[in-house]
Parts: sequence; structure tokens; C-alpha cells
Amino acid sequence: MASNYRGYRPPQGMVSWALHRLAGLGVLVFLLLHIVDIFAVGYGPEAFNDLLFIYRHPIFRAGEVILVAGLYYHALNGIRIILVDFWSKGWKYERQMFYAVVALFLLSFIPTAILMLRPLF
Amino acid sequence: MVQVPTGSGPDQVSAAPRSARRAPIPRVGRERPTGSNFELYSWYFFRVSGLLLILLAVTHVVIMHVVNTVDEINYDFVVDRWNSPFWRGFDWLMLILALLHGLNGARIAVDDYVRPRGWRVFAHSVLWSAAIIFLIIGSIAIVTFNPEAVVTAGR
Ligand code: HEM
Ligand code: HEM
Repeated sequence: MASNYRGYRPPQGMVSWALHRLAGLGVLVFLLLHIVDIFAVGYGPEAFNDLLFIYRHPIFRAGEVILVAGLYYHALNGIRIILVDFWSKGWKYERQMFYAVVALFLLSFIPTAILMLRPLF
Repeated sequence: MVQVPTGSGPDQVSAAPRSARRAPIPRVGRERPTGSNFELYSWYFFRVSGLLLILLAVTHVVIMHVVNTVDEINYDFVVDRWNSPFWRGFDWLMLILALLHGLNGARIAVDDYVRPRGWRVFAHSVLWSAAIIFLIIGSIAIVTFNPEAVVTAGR
């Protein structure tokens, strides 16, 4: 059995919580910007299409990949939180569910990221 | 406050063999709040809106980035999509849920980090104002969008 000594390493419950908060706040910041950019469609094709250079800029593209990573992680970990809250045996499998979140995250995020960046290949 | 599931009482812990003793298991999420109705509703709202947002926000991102790519998104793309009342309704529900869920989450974070009372009131006011302003901007975009009106106005 692995040692229980953790030294300065944070427990996984803290890591999952901090990432959940960081991802949630990150997606929120994007959402606020996004509501403003979509507002520009009301001003017609020139206004909107001119604005879209932002979405195609390489730096923003990298940002979009990070955004999707945040959204996927937050969604999957959110399901885990809900299971722990409402499923009577949930707390017993909290740790296993965290590993499931990590696994499902990698399985969903990696293909999405490859498809997102397909114009670059 | 935090529930730490331990075997069955303190004796159990010391009697356990060394290898079976573990660090307290951290509990995820927050306990269902008691005491204030608002906090209880907020707690439920996080969970219900979260489940709906999996459908809405994840589908939205998959449509934008997997089915299409950012290179295909332009004015005509949005005209096409918002031609359908279904997608207008979809976007509107997503707007409301994501905004309230996200800003309510920011409120929880503010309560953790902002201690002085005055600053806390200020930060809460900013968040609720943002909720109202962005709900209005977003709803105007969806409800008033009318490509024909724009084309005539441009001539
Ligand atoms: C970088 C990735 C994204 C792209 C390229 C994108 C693109 C778009 C486009 C083209 C629209 C116009 C309407 C439509 O075609 O349905 C739209 C609307 C919208 N999107 Fe996104 N989206 C992205 C990510 C997100 C995320 C992560 C969220 C949720 C947090 C979100 C929430 C919304 C909302 C609420 C609307 C309606 C806006 C309004 O009411 O003015 N989007 N998006
Ligand atoms: C995709 C589906 C989503 C699910 C399943 C989900 C689920 C959850 C859950 C269960 C919580 C915990 C609430 C609590 O502490 O009681 C939460 C918090 C939060 N969510 Fe979401 N959420 C989703 C999407 C979003 C989106 C789109 C945003 C941003 C606009 C967002 C922003 C936040 C924030 C800022 C918090 C507070 C985090 C904290 O203070 O620790 N979430 N979410």
C-alpha cells in the first residue's frame, strides 16, 4: 500500500476544488466577453465579421482550447460533486470518482482539442 | 462543519493497524446549507442549472468547435442558426443559466476572499448589477436580431 505521508502535497480534494473554482471563474470571464461580441451581430455583417478576427487570432485560439478544457473539467467534476451530494454511497467513492473525472476529461478533451486545431494541421 | 467519515468512533482509529490509518478523507463540494432559504435555493440552483448546462454549454461548444470550426463562423452562420426559434430558445436558456450560475459562483468566491463588510457589499452589488446588465444585453441580441432590418438599414 502506498504511504500516507503527503509532505507538502495538497490532498486531491483540495486540488479538485481549486481547479473547479478556477475553471468556473475562467469560463465566467469568457462568457461576459462573449455576450458582448455576440451583441455585435445586431449591427450587421460588417460589424460582426470585422470582430471575428479575434476568434481566429492564434493567441485567442490557444485561449479557446484552454476554455474548453476548463468547461469540460468543471462539468465532469460538477457531476462528481452532485453524485457525492445526492447518492448515499457517493462519499465512499469520492476519490475513485476523482480519478474517473481525470480519465473522462482526458478521453473527451484530447479528441476535442485535436479537432479544434485541425485547421492548423 | 466538514463531515469527515471515520470508521466508527475514536477507538476504531487508534486500534486500526498502521497501514489502515489514512489521512482524513476530504469532502468535496459544500454541505447542503441550512439556516437561510436563499443559500439553500442557491445550493440547489447550482446543481440543477449545472446539469442543464452540461447539455447546453457542452453541446454549444461541440457545435462551434467540433462540428464546425471557428473559421466557418461568420454573420451568415448566425443568421442561419437564429432563423430557427429552437436555437434562439436554446441560446436564451443557456444565457440565463450560465450567467446566473457563474455569477452566483463568483459570489461564493467573494464570500471566501472578501472579508471587510463594506467591500463585500460592494462586490455583491457589482455582481448583481453585472447579472442584470448582461442578461439585458444578451437578451436584446437574441430577441431583436433581424437580418432583414439590418440589410435595409445598410442601403
Ligand atoms: C470559443 C468557443 C465558442 C464559440 C466560437 C462560440 C460561438 C457562438 C456563436 C457564433 C454564437 C451566436 C449564436 C449561435 O450561433 O448560436 C454564440 C452565442 C452564445 N454563446 Fe457561444 N461560443 C463559444 C463558447 C461558449 C461558451 C463556453 C458558453 C457558455 C458559457 C457560450 C455561451 C453562449 C451564449 C449564452 C450565447 C448567446 C449570446 C447572447 O445572448 O447574446 N459560448 N456563441
Ligand atoms: C457544464 C456544466 C456545469 C456543471 C455540471 C456545473 C456544476 C457546478 C457545481 C456542482 C458547483 C458547486 C456549487 C457549490 O459550491 O455548491 C459549481 C460552481 C461553480 N460554477 Fe459551475 N457548472 C457548470 C457550468 C458552469 C459554467 C458555464 C460556468 C461559468 C459561466 C460555471 C461557473 C461556476 C462557478 C464560478 C462556480 C463557483 C465555484 C466556487 O466558488 O468554488 N459553471 N458548478
